[in-house]
Amino acid sequence: MNIFLKAAAFGAAALGLSVTAASAQGVLQKTKDRGQVVCGTGLGIAGFGMPDEKGVWKGIDIDYCRAIAAAIFNDPMKVKTVSLTAKDRFTALQSGEIDVLVRTTTWTMSRDTSLGLNFAGINYYDGQGFMVRKSMNIKSALELNGASVCTQQGTTTELNLADYFRANKMKYEVVAFVTNDETIKAYEAGRCDVFTTDASGLFAERLKFQKPDDHMILPEIISKEPLAASVRHGDDQWFDLVKWVHFAMLNAEELGVTQANVDQMLKSDNPEIKRLLGTEGKFGEMIGVPNDWVVRIVKHVGNYGEVFERNVGMGSPLKIERGKNNLWTKGGLQYAPPIR
Amino acid sequence: MTIGDNQTPMMNGAYLGSGDLPQRPPPVMSRGAIAWVRENLFSSIPNTIMTLLGIWILWQIVPPTLDFLIFDAVWDGTGRDACLESVRKAPVGACWAFAKVRLGYFFYGQYPIDERWRVDTVWVMGAIGVIWLLWPRVPYKNWGSLYFFLIFPVIAFFLLVGTPTFGLQKVPTNLWGGVLVTLVLSTVGIVFSLPLGVLLALGRRSQLPLIRLFAVIFIEFVRGVPLITVLFMANVMLPLFLPDGWRPDSLLRVLVGIALFAAAYMAEVVRGGLQAIGRGQYEGAQSLGLGYWQMMVLIILPQALKIVIPNIVNTFIGLFKDTTLVSIVGIFDFLKTIEASFVDPRWATPVTRATGYAFAAIFYFIFCWGMSQYSQWMERKLATGHKR
Repeated sequence: MNIFLKAAAFGAAALGLSVTAASAQGVLQKTKDRGQVVCGTGLGIAGFGMPDEKGVWKGIDIDYCRAIAAAIFNDPMKVKTVSLTAKDRFTALQSGEIDVLVRTTTWTMSRDTSLGLNFAGINYYDGQGFMVRKSMNIKSALELNGASVCTQQGTTTELNLADYFRANKMKYEVVAFVTNDETIKAYEAGRCDVFTTDASGLFAERLKFQKPDDHMILPEIISKEPLAASVRHGDDQWFDLVKWVHFAMLNAEELGVTQANVDQMLKSDNPEIKRLLGTEGKFGEMIGVPNDWVVRIVKHVGNYGEVFERNVGMGSPLKIERGKNNLWTKGGLQYAPPIR
Repeated sequence: MTIGDNQTPMMNGAYLGSGDLPQRPPPVMSRGAIAWVRENLFSSIPNTIMTLLGIWILWQIVPPTLDFLIFDAVWDGTGRDACLESVRKAPVGACWAFAKVRLGYFFYGQYPIDERWRVDTVWVMGAIGVIWLLWPRVPYKNWGSLYFFLIFPVIAFFLLVGTPTFGLQKVPTNLWGGVLVTLVLSTVGIVFSLPLGVLLALGRRSQLPLIRLFAVIFIEFVRGVPLITVLFMANVMLPLFLPDGWRPDSLLRVLVGIALFAAAYMAEVVRGGLQAIGRGQYEGAQSLGLGYWQMMVLIILPQALKIVIPNIVNTFIGLFKDTTLVSIVGIFDFLKTIEASFVDPRWATPVTRATGYAFAAIFYFIFCWGMSQYSQWMERKLATGHKR
């Protein structure tokens, strides 16, 4: 009987139907028992998740996991990373092999619903962008009429490109390649005027050029790629925790709480900061962690802005500007509900 | 009168030599290097053309390769600036500085730095075992096999995995990586596949229908699917079938998959050797009153395995390189650790990728070439009148 259930569950997963891991014990409790948060990560994506020289994983996605571990255990290193390919990642989450998936995964409707995932915090607003040579003297993607564009075959990139140029009534010529490497080589060799892929990827690829400074990334972003952490359906307590860890980091940045000043901030009279840092109210308990959870997160990992700058921003070789990832108060999209 | 005798008397006609002419070397054109070149490289017009073509191709390949690997290579540096042509104002070959900084990661993966001495110990112990077994002059082979096949694996297991009772911190296998994983996978694969393969081969030639059927089904089924499928099955589908909380370690799953896969191939190699042994050998053994196992172990297998040494080593080399496939299921073997390092923006340069792959190529070549050389040497040593 059990085998039949499993087979049925597998069949459902294969069909992309929702699978609810019916477990009596919540993920949070399991995580506490295990003493580790198990995070699904990629096989190495610059700035988002990759091993450094010592083999320690670093990146904006990894820091999300470390923040969760810091909130639960007061130790950001209590994270086990499981490297997943793009194909494996959802199965790993559905089967319970990982607790949370933070792997530059775009939040889409079908994934949120039929794949049985719940998307928590969007830790990076990505989108398709364009890179051109500075010598072309172009300041906007709207000046790209008649350009030849290097792109990778069979990706949504190619479709977005077609939509954008058609919507703006511009002509273009596609030069498509099978792999990303071929595409970037062709662009560098001058086979086309423009290279397009996700904006975060453009910054990483540009560094591999002979002369990175000869190229620039245009400000237009032509598609929506909200990269978010996700958890399984059916465990709202864990979902809340993962979601609020991200919101806490955003609120910390908004209120000016940083790794350096968090201890002084504990003495602050600002009621918002008091609620955030747990000197007032019992907000940690509501998600099943101690009330000083945000202090732990900020002390060990930092607020969202610090994490961004360290991994992909100006403090890293990638030098990506905050742009859409800035706080809503500074013209970006990062907006967290209040802690109250 | 004997020639060479300087006592020859002077005759009337003065044309008769009084002794031997001094010995002279053969003409320059028919000896030494020049002759060899003339005979082998420029003996005819087509040969000359081919030689010139060959020289031209070598000229095209070898100097740039050496330039890249050695002369233009960057040996020291702390970041991408060291390996950028625009910064160095000189041609930049391989960025060995990158490999140097990442060397620890290439060899141990995420294995905690303070615990890496355990891996080193295992490597030294393994090397001792391999030399003990493979170098014929070292005595006490029986103790050697006991050490390598029983003592070493147990100690290695406890050292690598960790035993809190002995004060060794546990290191889960998801932290293992690099050369460590490559060697663990290939050693376990090689050590398990040979005996399993011999058993399967014997099973396939067995007189007992049930055993034969099992062996045939296993071999044909495993050989009928690609290794990638086996790995995917082990990694993606197995967790869905197994109950919650009962999930074998992912490295273990892959290890079992690789060992069984290699065993099926090994079985067919060994079967080829068994079939090459004449019927007389079997009958001779039986007429001496030997039982099945005695006959196989003492008479048939030593001959059969000797014949198929090249094929066995061929399978080993293939297996060694096949271990790189585990990267598709998220295990960081040597090649994957190199590839994962490419994304590091601190070392992103035009030559980083080429450097990494060159490093991998050198590593794999040394191992595979070593195996091949050893097997050829062993073949010559064992060629006791069986050479065909």
